[in-house]
Amino acid sequence: MNNNLIIETKHLTKRFPMGKGEFTALKGIDLTLGKGEFTGLIGPSGSGKTTLLNIIGSLDSPTEGEVIVMGSSVGIMSAKEAARLRKENLGFIFQSYNLLQVHTVYENVEFPLLLLKLSSSERRKMVHDALEWVGLTDKMKQKPPQLSGGECQRVAIARAMVKRPSLVLADEPTANLDAANSHNILQTMVKLNQDLMTTFLFATHDDKVIGYLRRKIYLKDGLVDKIETA
Amino acid sequence: MIKFLIKGLLRDRSRSLLPLIVVAIGVMLAVFMRGYINGIMVDMIEQTARFNTGHVKVMTKAYAENIDQIPNDLAIMGASELQAGLEEAFPDIKWVSRIKFGGLIDVPDDNGETRSQGPSLGIGLDLFSGSSGEIERLNLSRSLVRGTIPDTAGEILLSEEFSEKLKVSPGEEVTLIGSTMNGSMAIYNFIVSGTVRFGNTSLDRGSVIADISDVQKALDMYDSAGEILGFFPGGYYSDEKADPVMAEFNEDFVTENDEFSPVMLRLRDQEGLGLFVNLAGSMGAIVTFVFMVAMSLVLWNAGLLGGLRRYGEIGIRLAIGEEKGHVYRSMITESLMIGMAGTIIGTAFGLSLSWLLQTYGLDISEFTKNATTGIMMPNIVRARITPPDFYIGFIPGVISTVAGTMLSGIGIYKRKTSQLFKELEA
Repeated sequence: MNNNLIIETKHLTKRFPMGKGEFTALKGIDLTLGKGEFTGLIGPSGSGKTTLLNIIGSLDSPTEGEVIVMGSSVGIMSAKEAARLRKENLGFIFQSYNLLQVHTVYENVEFPLLLLKLSSSERRKMVHDALEWVGLTDKMKQKPPQLSGGECQRVAIARAMVKRPSLVLADEPTANLDAANSHNILQTMVKLNQDLMTTFLFATHDDKVIGYLRRKIYLKDGLVDKIETA
Repeated sequence: MIKFLIKGLLRDRSRSLLPLIVVAIGVMLAVFMRGYINGIMVDMIEQTARFNTGHVKVMTKAYAENIDQIPNDLAIMGASELQAGLEEAFPDIKWVSRIKFGGLIDVPDDNGETRSQGPSLGIGLDLFSGSSGEIERLNLSRSLVRGTIPDTAGEILLSEEFSEKLKVSPGEEVTLIGSTMNGSMAIYNFIVSGTVRFGNTSLDRGSVIADISDVQKALDMYDSAGEILGFFPGGYYSDEKADPVMAEFNEDFVTENDEFSPVMLRLRDQEGLGLFVNLAGSMGAIVTFVFMVAMSLVLWNAGLLGGLRRYGEIGIRLAIGEEKGHVYRSMITESLMIGMAGTIIGTAFGLSLSWLLQTYGLDISEFTKNATTGIMMPNIVRARITPPDFYIGFIPGVISTVAGTMLSGIGIYKRKTSQLFKELEA
């Protein structure tokens, strides 16, 4: 097995029940993603990019074929194993940030580390590092409602990165941001990708994001339409 | 993690305040209702004890067997000696002799002819010695409507309703026509010293109260008494106190083949009061259960609403890698904290209300004025705070909060993780 391989999909098919029939969201996808990639799944709504991201993130399972993430087959893992994979190796960034509104920036970023049962001194150092990466050390005591959209998304990035995961999955991370904030966020992610060798996989149709991607996987109607490498 | 949960609870009032208020109100009502119902039931038991059964009662075996007929021919002879023996053997208990009797009260006119007449039920008790406590026990001073309490021989109290029916007033003479202990006719004149109203229909309908020495004279019952009643210090009946006293007495005095040998009965053995005593004992459990079910339903719904509101938070926690079981357990831990806090607040308020009702009471004499029940209801109801009131609220408070959360939290397990992104982006 290639040690640099983070994700491998083999003939991945996903069907959803729809009325009396079925809807095929993914039609036999074959893909590989290596360590340190900065890659995007690009396509219009309904092309299957979010479904693919869900399966890679062990939030869903394939109907047919195989998806191997960090050496583990998503299709056959238990809910507990899937939770452990997410807890230890994956980071998520959402379009609408999804921060815990009553908790401070510090506490939001600290939360994934609580699940890893790290000591408070370890947590403190890692949270400070993560906030430093995204330039929010001065806002750590503030709560999400006191932050701008760009700042919230930077908190979400810090939360995804704090445990230094191997893979970060970002679903339309700039959809709610203006151009300036989008570029700011993307530059932060590029820097983290380069500094920490974290693999980033985006689901997007935003040109601003696409401009930063080193590999672009175009999806159309559940199939890989083309792949471009910068 | 606990710290994280506590911070969430303290900061997110919509998550904690509604359940806290529900629990606090529920527990307050449960504690108060328990104290209130306990107070009423105990008061009813004690009212019956004061007028009728005592906490323990000594009679002859034959009298006890026919007690409904008030068979004074089977009364205890040498009652003063037996009472003295009881006082020596059980000095903590207050012992009093009484005679119940039935008869006609006849009111003569100026010519000595019958002006009015009615059946009566009388109690002869120690009104004159000053040490028996009977005047206070039967609350005669406060029940007095007209006239005075008898203080010399030959005086009698009539219930106000009875005196109105007979058209007799304090200071007038009445004649008791009854039966002596030996079965012959008894005719004895009394002066009505006053009238009383107890607020209990059975007592107010035709009651006569006289000093026991007068009744002994009237019914030829010298040194005899139908019943010797024992009252526990503190004024409350309990099986724990009554059982050893009864066992000791009956072992010493009951003779198998002597129907005149004295026998002691507990309050619960008389007038079907056993069921009532049991009910009073289980009332706390009944009230607790009712409130627990009601609060569980409310908190279940509150939990469902809270769960819907926290869908995003739960979703992100699952996405980050928290296991469903862990999320579920953390919600239960939160509910435990809310349950404990709500219970402490509710118990404090419930006890305060109970204390007010225990101290000041609530006058319900207007409501019981025309009551037809035979149960002796006190005119002033009071709550009664007992040690379980301090902790009983934790049962409905904590159990219902946890049960409500457990029911509403089942949704976490039913939820498909794959819906996360869609829900989170919605």
